[in-house]
Amino acid sequence: MIEVIKGTLLLSGAVFMLLAAVGVLRLPDLLTRMHATTKAAALGVSLVMLAVALHFAEVAVVARAFGVIIFILMTAPVAAHVIGRAGYFVGSRLWSGTVKDELRPNYDPLTHELKSGLETEANARHLPRDGDPP
Amino acid sequence: MDVVIKLTLALMGLSLCLAFVRLIKGPSLPDRVVALELFSTLIVGIIGVISIQTDVASFLDVTIVMALMAFLAAIGFARFLERGGPRDD
Repeated sequence: MIEVIKGTLLLSGAVFMLLAAVGVLRLPDLLTRMHATTKAAALGVSLVMLAVALHFAEVAVVARAFGVIIFILMTAPVAAHVIGRAGYFVGSRLWSGTVKDELRPNYDPLTHELKSGLETEANARHLPRDGDPP
Repeated sequence: MDVVIKLTLALMGLSLCLAFVRLIKGPSLPDRVVALELFSTLIVGIIGVISIQTDVASFLDVTIVMALMAFLAAIGFARFLERGGPRDD
């Protein structure tokens, strides 16, 4: 019984990883590619690590396997956010079929400034502060 | 079980090849960084499968180190990219 569950987890994890790889190859632009790799690959690794935990069934190994799962689930979104932000700022092209880019009207690529759309006049004014470079 | 493990490794190897094609093709540096991220995630999975195949639990420590290195590399690449400003490659 455990063998069957283990095999199913391993195979589904591998299939999700294959889906992530196909996505990164076939999807049209940076953000959609990241959408494929981050989620599908993290799920694939989680399933494989569950299979590892089932296979060994010792406290030390299960703890380490769950540690890997939690680490992957915590760091994958952070890494994706950071790379997506950097990719947007260095000017990677969006797909021609993109219907909405909410950052575009609020971001000034020349001064590298973001606006929330909620600033008051007093807040938006640029005043010198302590610690500014001279 | 042996067949399942072989099949799993084959699928993951195929995924590595597909990610490698994206790494070669680019077209921009962030795309390559995303492909490298996928590489490291795939390698974590492969090491997990190999630890099942060989019955050696110590391989899990390698996966932890691998995941940590991948995260740090992603953060470092992102810092490097943003410092560079707008680019055209």
